[in-house]
Amino acid sequence: MTTTQSTEVPTKAAIPPATSTAVRVQNAVIKYGFIFVTVALFLYFALSEGSFRESATLLDTLRYVSVAAILGLGVTLTMAVGGMDMSVGAVAGLGVSVAAHTMVVLNQVGTVAILAVLAAGALAGLLNALLIVVLKIPDMLATLGTMFVIQGTKLILVDGQSITPGMTLDDGTTAPGRFTEGFLRIDRGTVLGIPISVLVFGGLTIAAWVFLARTRWGRVLYAIGANPEAARLAGIRVGAYRALAYVLSGVLASIGGLILASRIGQGDVSAGTSQLLEAVAVALVGTSVLGRGRPNVWGTALGAVLIGIITTGLTIKGLPYYTQDVVEGAVLILALVFSFTLSKRRTA
Amino acid sequence: MSPTERPLEHIPAVGLTDVSMAFGGKTVLAAVTLDIAPGSVVALLGANGAGKSTLIKILSGVHTDHGGEVRIAGEPAALHSPLAARRLGIQTVHQRIGEGIVPGLSVAENLVFEELAQARGNPFLNGRRVLARAREIQAGLDLGWSDSLLRRDVSELGISDRQLLILARALATRPRLLILDEPTSALSAAEAERLFTLVEKMRDDGIAVLYVSHRLGEIDALADRLVVLRDGRLTEDQAKPFDWDSALRAMLAQAQEATTARPVREGSAGDVALSLKGVRLLEGRAPLDLDIRTGEVTGVVGLLGAGKTELARGLFGADPFTTGSLELDGRPYGPRRPADAIRAGVHLVPEDRHADALVPGWSLARNISLPFLKSLSRAGLMNTAKEDALGRDTIAALGVVARDEHSTVEELSGGNQQKVVVGRWLAETPRVLILDEPFRGVDIGARRDIGRRARALAAEGAAVLVLSADVDEVLEIADRVVVLAAGEIHLDACGEDAERDRVIQTISASV
Repeated sequence: MTTTQSTEVPTKAAIPPATSTAVRVQNAVIKYGFIFVTVALFLYFALSEGSFRESATLLDTLRYVSVAAILGLGVTLTMAVGGMDMSVGAVAGLGVSVAAHTMVVLNQVGTVAILAVLAAGALAGLLNALLIVVLKIPDMLATLGTMFVIQGTKLILVDGQSITPGMTLDDGTTAPGRFTEGFLRIDRGTVLGIPISVLVFGGLTIAAWVFLARTRWGRVLYAIGANPEAARLAGIRVGAYRALAYVLSGVLASIGGLILASRIGQGDVSAGTSQLLEAVAVALVGTSVLGRGRPNVWGTALGAVLIGIITTGLTIKGLPYYTQDVVEGAVLILALVFSFTLSKRRTA
Repeated sequence: MSPTERPLEHIPAVGLTDVSMAFGGKTVLAAVTLDIAPGSVVALLGANGAGKSTLIKILSGVHTDHGGEVRIAGEPAALHSPLAARRLGIQTVHQRIGEGIVPGLSVAENLVFEELAQARGNPFLNGRRVLARAREIQAGLDLGWSDSLLRRDVSELGISDRQLLILARALATRPRLLILDEPTSALSAAEAERLFTLVEKMRDDGIAVLYVSHRLGEIDALADRLVVLRDGRLTEDQAKPFDWDSALRAMLAQAQEATTARPVREGSAGDVALSLKGVRLLEGRAPLDLDIRTGEVTGVVGLLGAGKTELARGLFGADPFTTGSLELDGRPYGPRRPADAIRAGVHLVPEDRHADALVPGWSLARNISLPFLKSLSRAGLMNTAKEDALGRDTIAALGVVARDEHSTVEELSGGNQQKVVVGRWLAETPRVLILDEPFRGVDIGARRDIGRRARALAAEGAAVLVLSADVDEVLEIADRVVVLAAGEIHLDACGEDAERDRVIQTISASV
């Protein structure tokens, strides 16, 4: 014991120079900065505004962000394969119209509407996959194209009008159906006091996390995103997996559309448009959470919650709604600074 | 006597005194003192992780927080950025050629790119001026490039001409010290020859050259002096003629026989594993037949463009053959994609480990497990404990020098990265293992480790196919040597017949 101590001569090599306090602080900021900001903002609003503390407000916040968050999960999946899905907002909007059309015009029950919306989402995803995987169009441009095509097609099919219960159809008759009670419960109903849309958000987050972080399929998606040729030469069917990411993104976007339809209660033609940028922002903010610098599910979910807290908090504080975009944009840019500038400096 | 009073030729072009460097507490360079005289070629040897790259990065201004002193022409110099290093006359040509080429510009524009990129002077591109300057540069180096070639887009140049272009660009600035990092790793023998002529011309012009290579033959022919780095220290410093036995010992610690090729063995071959019939490797060339047997290592030698990579990628289904037929163990075998080949037990270690094999930012364990995720998962869920165990086993089996299986691949030296790529394909025993240029940019120690593993695999009954442009590398590992030239087989020999001179003669006769 004594001998070991006496022979321990401190050498220069034994002093780890990379872990000075400043470096450690910077690493902590990069890793936990966003979580800290989220918690701090939450505490600030909770302490300064009494109404923010009410559980109803919190659940409303989560309910509000659930659509952008679910769309963001889809964007996260496509970002994992090194791509991007710009059509999620349009697909969600398509979901709103399909749901309304199925129930109001075709007079079908809510379950049929849900199935029709999911099918539409999967089809939109397949269209993206066709353009990107088979026709080799760059992901951003292809999904931008499908975004316009889906929005435009939807407008033609509904004659540019919102589908509302009791509206007059082309043949002069009145629309026979309406949004069913069950369907409206998706956004308005609760289970054990928690809104169903929040439960859906939570459930999908966990499912997406298991899929991306814990299964071999998720591993393969990340491998394709990081080095597609290496993935191919490791025996991975790269095209099939990229297609899978876009189809899943389409389906997730259509689930977002279901919640949106249930919330609006009619086939609003402009629904989903504003969700696109929020979804992309949420997924990008997510890359900076925990300093990973790559798309990840918890990051996306946390990014959505953060944006929800900020918008709700500022609304309660009395900031007008039109300042929201500036605030969200600033959060996104701050997140990108974390994700790119600071983590790059750390690894350099 | 102050440095300025000394006669000019005795002042080293670049002098290092007690230069040291540590990363995260690990000493990478320890008190390196080295003077490089103008007009001399100094070869730098060292195994992977010996500190060669670190030394180069210090000299080229990438690593700035080093200890000790760097003097240029006798004056202390601060190499605080790559630009500063270039301004002080240190030019570096890196192993990866693509990094210096600007696609979309012409050959001439690429040649004068460094001058164009400097903010001084007229900011408008003037085609005639650029061409005139490019013409000057190429004439000064006897590249023999015509005006029409200078006007062409740089992407039309072959790999060796790109290498020359990068070199010419570095020389156009009249550097004091030129650092060449594995400059021939992508060149064929004839192309390398052209490069050597250029290096000799530079030396005669008074430029100091620091030449880093794993190819001992090149160093023997070209260098005036050789130094060996081992574990961050200079352990050997020889003037010509070199004592290779001593140099290799300094590099690898234990006594190694020099790189004289061992006689190729005979009689260990088993059944035909993979049989090619009427396969055309290159457009417009005769189709070839080839049987690859179990129990032996088949080495395919050929220059760049001989069809080696086409052969490897065709057998693996990465770029399927368009003609002929294949049989694997007597059954028809026609891989349309790598997944088919892997299922059949045909594995490929591709030519370029960065572009085609490694996933950047991933740990060793994850890089190793990538092809066989299915066997490491249940109902799709990854078993990370099993995955980590596989990583540790591979590290142990191939002697990968790494902290542990969670290190990222970027932390490893080239040879150790290559071991990871080879090890990945041994996780499930292959029927046929194809290694395309497995020793490129890999030190002798790692080369021996990989070679030993490949030979062991053949002894266990697999067929191993090694493709390389380096005759000695192939002779060192193979039982049977196939010489490939322009997509056709020129020699297929075992044992005594596959003697070094005969192989080289066959290659040169086919040119």
